[in-house]
Amino acid sequence: MVPTLWVAFLLYLLHQDFWFWGTARPLVFGFLPIGLAYHAAYTLTIAGVLAWLVRAYWPNHLEGHE
Amino acid sequence: MIPAIVIFIYLGIVLVIGISNRGGAGKSEAEGYFLAGRALGPAVFLLSLVGTNMTAFSILGASGHAFANGIVTYGLMASASALVIPFGLFVIGTRLWALGQRRGFMTPVQLFRDRWEMGHIGTVIFVVQAVLLVPYIIIAVMGGGTVLRTVSNGVVPFWLGGAIVSMVVMGYVFFGGMRGTAWVNAFQTTLFLIFGAVAVTIIGRGMGGFSGVMASLAEGTGTSALLTRERISPLYFFSYSFIPLSSLTFPHIAIFCMTAKKLGHFKKTIVLYPICMLLIWLPSVFLGVAANRATDVPAIEAKLEARATLATEGATLAPPEQAALRVKAGGDDVILRLVEGYAPFWLAALLGAAVMAAVMASDSQILALSTMFTEDIFTFYGGTSRFGGRVQVQTGRVFIVLITVVAYVIALNTPQSIFDIATQYAFAGYASLFPLVAAALFWRGSTKWGALASTVWTALAVIAVAVVQQNIPAPAPGQAITVLELGGQVVVTRAVQGTLVFGLLPVVPMTLISAVLMVAVSKLTPGARPGAGTLRTYFPAAA
Repeated sequence: MVPTLWVAFLLYLLHQDFWFWGTARPLVFGFLPIGLAYHAAYTLTIAGVLAWLVRAYWPNHLEGHE
Repeated sequence: MIPAIVIFIYLGIVLVIGISNRGGAGKSEAEGYFLAGRALGPAVFLLSLVGTNMTAFSILGASGHAFANGIVTYGLMASASALVIPFGLFVIGTRLWALGQRRGFMTPVQLFRDRWEMGHIGTVIFVVQAVLLVPYIIIAVMGGGTVLRTVSNGVVPFWLGGAIVSMVVMGYVFFGGMRGTAWVNAFQTTLFLIFGAVAVTIIGRGMGGFSGVMASLAEGTGTSALLTRERISPLYFFSYSFIPLSSLTFPHIAIFCMTAKKLGHFKKTIVLYPICMLLIWLPSVFLGVAANRATDVPAIEAKLEARATLATEGATLAPPEQAALRVKAGGDDVILRLVEGYAPFWLAALLGAAVMAAVMASDSQILALSTMFTEDIFTFYGGTSRFGGRVQVQTGRVFIVLITVVAYVIALNTPQSIFDIATQYAFAGYASLFPLVAAALFWRGSTKWGALASTVWTALAVIAVAVVQQNIPAPAPGQAITVLELGGQVVVTRAVQGTLVFGLLPVVPMTLISAVLMVAVSKLTPGARPGAGTLRTYFPAAA
């Protein structure tokens, strides 16, 4: 569980993105403000990281209760 | 009137789905009814869990917030939840599932009672959890009444609309139990997902393409800030990220974690949950921002004019005039207005159904309250052992009828603003209960007195914040009223975005103090630690 919590903490830090705070441009794909595009990409990144965590650190010891 | 007919058809479909998927075989009649026999499949588990976390706010409130504050809405509410909720399911949800399988738990209070070897303190936790859930149910009745009145142009009055929605939700929860409710939620989530993609495509075409709209907003002096996060402070942004902790302590979510047939069903849910959030929230937020250029829609132009008047003359206006302008500038119906302005009739009808799905999200809370009452009160105080499992389920059904009637009567007789505040701070309240769940599952040294201290603190803090919020009107944007000052240091302020503590949302100090109380009081009461047998059950590796 410890690696999972460290990854969650790292992702949490990436959520507090101050670097695009006052910037609208560039407009990604011509219409998506960079701050919004960042958080959309961030959401997809979470899904990717979770896919890896589920494979690598699944709590198999709980499966025995099925 | 035609959209109202479409909504009535939708309500009929929902009722059929809920009732035709009733019950579920479990170890007991109660487990079959309240937990779908712990046998939900992976697709229904994912879609229903997403739907259970969606409220009217996801579609309407999010776009309204984005209309006024810009793209920050997504980072505040969607991406933070996309991180916290699936990780919570991974670390906490899977353990709740395993304990439910092993120990037969059906509610969080059952787990707390067993873990800390306590009785009546569990009842206190039940009361706090239940009181924080009730406002959601009342808001849903009000939302149903308002939507049906609006789409029927007043032909269906508020009282009748509220009654119809209440009856439909009560009907499928009453007959369908958890299985019926989960299938309805899965259907509604599918509707949300379809609506988002379709609405963005069609409204984008109607507005002449989003590239031009966004470029125009970026160049406008009053609108460029909407494409940044300048309208929200970093402290506010940081503190809002505590709110999703509430999802991990909501009783209906904890109970839902115990319905999966296999632990493996969590895997797809955990991975796909953020993607579902993206697909539902991104269109809502994006359309809310884009609406600031929809000046050819008269209703939206009126909102923008009201906002401009507030900005230029707000400080010189009397409070009632300010309040009236705020209502006029409010964006909760902005997606409805975009659809009116740019979309064909069939999309308006689909939107009506999606909105109704959002306001009907109280079904899980009603069922959770019923489950909690029958397990944490009726069974705990001897009802089931005296009268049997069948009477327990019947009691749950009677409770569903009672809570629906009570919520309906209150909804007809109370201003909505009170419950808007209540739901707002119920999120903070549930986040503040997070240390209970964390300590129960991961800290051997926690005690029942620590749990009681956290719970009582949460209740008092929610009441205090709600009183401040209700009695001190919001000042003009950019200003703050000092509510509490200690030693020359401003502690509590009332700003336009709510009550703030040291510039943070109350959820931050509430959660941190709750955690401190859990630790400190547990350390002070080592004699109240559970016996070795109980600790071995919960921490087998450490024993």
